[in-house]
Amino acid sequence: MSLTDQQVRHIAKLARIELADGQLERTRDALGSMLGLIEQLQAIDTTGVEPMAHATDLVLRLRDDAISETDHRSAYQAVAPAVENGLYLVPRVIE
Amino acid sequence: MSDRTMDTVKQLSARLAAGEVSAVELAQDYLAKIQAANPALNAFVELNEAQTLIEARAADALRAEGRAGPLTGVPIAHKDIFCQTGWHARCGSKMLENFAAPYDAGLIERARAAGLVTLGRTNMDEFAMGSTNESSHYGVVHNPWQLDAVPGGSSGGSAAAVAAGIAPAASGTDTGGSIRQPAAFCGITGIKPTYGIVSRWGMIAYASSLDQGGPMAHTAEDCALLLNAFAGFDTRDATSLERAPEDYTRALDAPLAGLRIGVPKEFFGEGMSDDVRAAVEAALATFRTLGASTVEISLPRSGYAVPAYYVIAPAEASSNLNRFDGVRYGYRAPEYRDLNDMYAKTRAQGFGEEVKRRILIGTYVLSHGYYDAYYLQAQRVRRLIADDYRAAFRDCDLILGPTTPTVAYGIGDKADDPLSMYLGDIYTTSVNLAGLPGMSIPCGFGAGGLPVGLQIVGNYFDEARMLGAAHRFQQATDWHLRTPPG
Repeated sequence: MSLTDQQVRHIAKLARIELADGQLERTRDALGSMLGLIEQLQAIDTTGVEPMAHATDLVLRLRDDAISETDHRSAYQAVAPAVENGLYLVPRVIE
Repeated sequence: MSDRTMDTVKQLSARLAAGEVSAVELAQDYLAKIQAANPALNAFVELNEAQTLIEARAADALRAEGRAGPLTGVPIAHKDIFCQTGWHARCGSKMLENFAAPYDAGLIERARAAGLVTLGRTNMDEFAMGSTNESSHYGVVHNPWQLDAVPGGSSGGSAAAVAAGIAPAASGTDTGGSIRQPAAFCGITGIKPTYGIVSRWGMIAYASSLDQGGPMAHTAEDCALLLNAFAGFDTRDATSLERAPEDYTRALDAPLAGLRIGVPKEFFGEGMSDDVRAAVEAALATFRTLGASTVEISLPRSGYAVPAYYVIAPAEASSNLNRFDGVRYGYRAPEYRDLNDMYAKTRAQGFGEEVKRRILIGTYVLSHGYYDAYYLQAQRVRRLIADDYRAAFRDCDLILGPTTPTVAYGIGDKADDPLSMYLGDIYTTSVNLAGLPGMSIPCGFGAGGLPVGLQIVGNYFDEARMLGAAHRFQQATDWHLRTPPG
């Protein structure tokens, strides 16, 4: 199983990872060999088998509708790359 | 590396309780050992003597007040994946080079509450993705038994530190074998508990439905003591299991007579090296001598565990690692055109090759048109693998076999062939997929004098029985007491 260059570029775009032209072939080959491994799964008949999403049969817990968290904004923003007046700074998206 | 005496957690606990040594003295003693040995091993990525001594003095104060527990003052090394105030949490990645967590992980809180003293933070594969520690941004870890061999991964720094005697115990995490495989490669004992036993809160996520934290130490007894501290319900982890607390040391002295050991025939086939086979079969003979019986079992779909793992784990990783976008924490690329370019450059520069590979394959298997064929199919196979274990446990109490197909290999040997590295997880990944508890204990030596690990898999919540069987084995053998040369 192999991917086309166009597919690899599309996946990288979806994953928001820049792929330099020089890395394309190497990445395509690496993904191709991983696909070769996971292709083996197609050999198993799983008709009627319920997909197992989790290791245990989980039931979502509900908590009381009460305030449990205090304000950690300044501590959490202290580790951000760019912050101003309590806001995270990103490049302008609306001109 | 002259001092290779191995002190167990149990022994240190007794010396602290008897007043023979203080927590501060013990911490200083281990920090000196780390200073001497770490340059050759690269097991620790962060040391902070002032922070360590703050914790040690607090432990001594607790003892002076008569409030010490069995682990108060015992030193421990923490894998660099757990958020911990006062320390960085770099997770083996350039992405988190400057990240110091503003809160404690659930496991760290519990370790602190038990009075364990942090010696430092241990090296690991980047975001826990790897089986050799070669994917760490902070350099490869060297196996104390043979410095040009890998220590295993991803908890390779933790395993190497314990094996070298520069930490009596360490925390680890295991998504596809990352506690058990390095424990096997470095000749120590480690246990991955049943999924949901140890809180994942503050444990930087790789594959959330598989990740589980646990202890690594010299002996099963030490692991039981540490698991008593680590395990427990945490409301902040949606998958944490609400169960009554249990004492994992309770079955340490249970006799092995009547214990039924299942031996999966699929684990002794092609790919298993002769040295590992010999050591594991000798261990099974020892268990029979101790009164257990062995029965052949079958896990017919276990051969599909690695392919299923390499769909499910990367899929979950591609989602989990979306959080690293250069906005709220971690690395941000210095130059970019616009927001999307900032994301793409930040992630291209901040992540290493192995991490990018897994994010990309995970993105692919979740993408439109491939989701059913890959992701849902892998989840169906996951259920079949879990069903195989369920059926096997009707005929036995524990399942024993090799942890890895070979002993540790050389640094660089598999660096250009990730697929062969992935296949080294052939005996461990199925345990995570099923959510079962698994452990590795030393059971001999193979090629090059490198340790061989015996894997013990238990039924759900059967950690106490596993630890008991391992302890009995360790009472009858001395593999776990052997120390690396140097």
